[in-house]
Amino acid sequence: MAIPELTPVEKLATGIPGFDLIAAGGLPKGRTTLVSGTAGSAKTVFAVQFLAEGIRQAQEPGVFVTFEEPPADIRRNMLGFGWDIARWEAEGKWAFVDASPQPGNEDIVAGSFDLGALLGPRIEYAVQRLGAKRVSMDSIGSIFSRLPDAARIRSELLRIAVALKALEVTAVMTAERTEEYGDIARYGVEEFVADNVIILRNVLEEEKRRRTIEILKFRGTVHQKGEFPFTVVPQVGIMVIPLSAIELKQKSSDVRITSGNAELDRMCGGGFFRDSIILVSGATGTGKTLLTTEFIAGGVRQGERCLLFAFEESRDQLYRNASGWGVDFARMVDDGKLVIVCEYPEAASLEDHLINMKEAIRQVNPDRVAVDSLSALFRVSTPKGFREFVIGLTSFIKEREIAGLFTSTTPTLLGSPLGHRSPLFYHYRLDHFAALRRDVRRDAPRHHRAEDAWFGTRQGHSRVYDRQPRHAHWPSLPQRYRDPLGNPAPGH
Amino acid sequence: MSKYLLKLYITGRTPRSELAIRNLRRLCAEELQGQYELVIIDVLERPELAEAAKILATPTLSKELPPPLRRIIGDLSDRERVLLGLELLPFAE
Repeated sequence: MAIPELTPVEKLATGIPGFDLIAAGGLPKGRTTLVSGTAGSAKTVFAVQFLAEGIRQAQEPGVFVTFEEPPADIRRNMLGFGWDIARWEAEGKWAFVDASPQPGNEDIVAGSFDLGALLGPRIEYAVQRLGAKRVSMDSIGSIFSRLPDAARIRSELLRIAVALKALEVTAVMTAERTEEYGDIARYGVEEFVADNVIILRNVLEEEKRRRTIEILKFRGTVHQKGEFPFTVVPQVGIMVIPLSAIELKQKSSDVRITSGNAELDRMCGGGFFRDSIILVSGATGTGKTLLTTEFIAGGVRQGERCLLFAFEESRDQLYRNASGWGVDFARMVDDGKLVIVCEYPEAASLEDHLINMKEAIRQVNPDRVAVDSLSALFRVSTPKGFREFVIGLTSFIKEREIAGLFTSTTPTLLGSPLGHRSPLFYHYRLDHFAALRRDVRRDAPRHHRAEDAWFGTRQGHSRVYDRQPRHAHWPSLPQRYRDPLGNPAPGH
Repeated sequence: MSKYLLKLYITGRTPRSELAIRNLRRLCAEELQGQYELVIIDVLERPELAEAAKILATPTLSKELPPPLRRIIGDLSDRERVLLGLELLPFAE
């Protein structure tokens, strides 16, 4: 007797940026996945993009079953993402099955019915006519409000999901939910497509909207757990930011590069590491922007390309500050050695900033990147969103094995420099930490001790700490300040 | 010339389809006194007609004439509602 051969669940790469990474390859192939979300959670965008990327990247035609919006609205609304559905329809790559409510024509129900007409002739017909590999159904809650007998509709939808499996198409079915953290979907629809569930959220957090995507389950196959932020970008669509899915695979370099400041180089044992990220923290007026300027000037002197993201000052202000310190930013820009991106933190959401910054880094392909200041971006974020942003940015920079320098403004001018080792340092796997402290005592001693190094800035003296264990200037920290990630302190 | 143009969409010759056809024939004979034309469309044979008419559920009875267009979903066993849908009964209550 032949036993049917069991094969593991295959994945279909959706092509939605970032999604396939958290989905460990894509959606379960040949199956139906429920995508549930509240109003405005980008369900329709997901459903359309699933087909659009199939057409654009995999030459796979798709069928879109719309229960809610008329096709004309979808064609128009999706143009902003660069998806020309009308053209794809003309080319036989896209077909609508229009199950949207017809205006002025409320159906009367007189007796028992089924959805056989929708499934067999319409969906199957369209799938076979196009040779479609992907089907999106958006959004099924609408049928429940138009037809009575929820139990029958559930069983009919199950029949559709089973029939789609027989057609060997990979399908997305969207459904509404009423709360961000509550039942999976209205009308208990998850009962019939229980195998694969994705939840889209659009949470209001401290007056800011934050979108996340969570793969609740993929039966029989793996995926990343938990919520991942995503953003909806014009001309792109949904972009998932796969933070914890980022692998720590970057190489480590022993090559030292100049910080741009000879004294600081000396204290760091010959400069920063080639592929390290340095956080410069200090109160207003301690010289963070000066250090950033020196970092860039030092890079340009070595013939390196630099990229500066400025979130606090305009281009003109930056030029003026730099020329005050004898650094000619304008010429560096003209020589193509420096690219400056100035933006107001409020100009975009943090997720969008991250995407723009990554894009700029990709285009400029710099040897060093500076961000002045990171803390300005905190204004447009929530603590959790900010943490994800910093992780996303640092891992992207580290992946490229280039040097990064971020500044962070601390609220207090005085106090222990260790207090300046804000949660930033602990949470974000930054390699170095420089605490700048303005010395207000005029008679402050200029001394050098192995564990307590000072360096002069325009305005005073500052301490430098370096987390690298090989470094001679590591301060003997009390136990409670040890690196939470478990890196041994020097001498241990 | 017939007064009513009725289209009945069915999916295959299932018991539900047959019941809908029987119910409709009886109702037409009793209420419409020959003033009708009835077209039965099996959407399995004519999928493009189902797509054009945007048929969601079957059986669906579509009253094409006289206007306005009305649609009645189900096997038509609820006679009162069918008559209401065909506007052969005043909207009572």
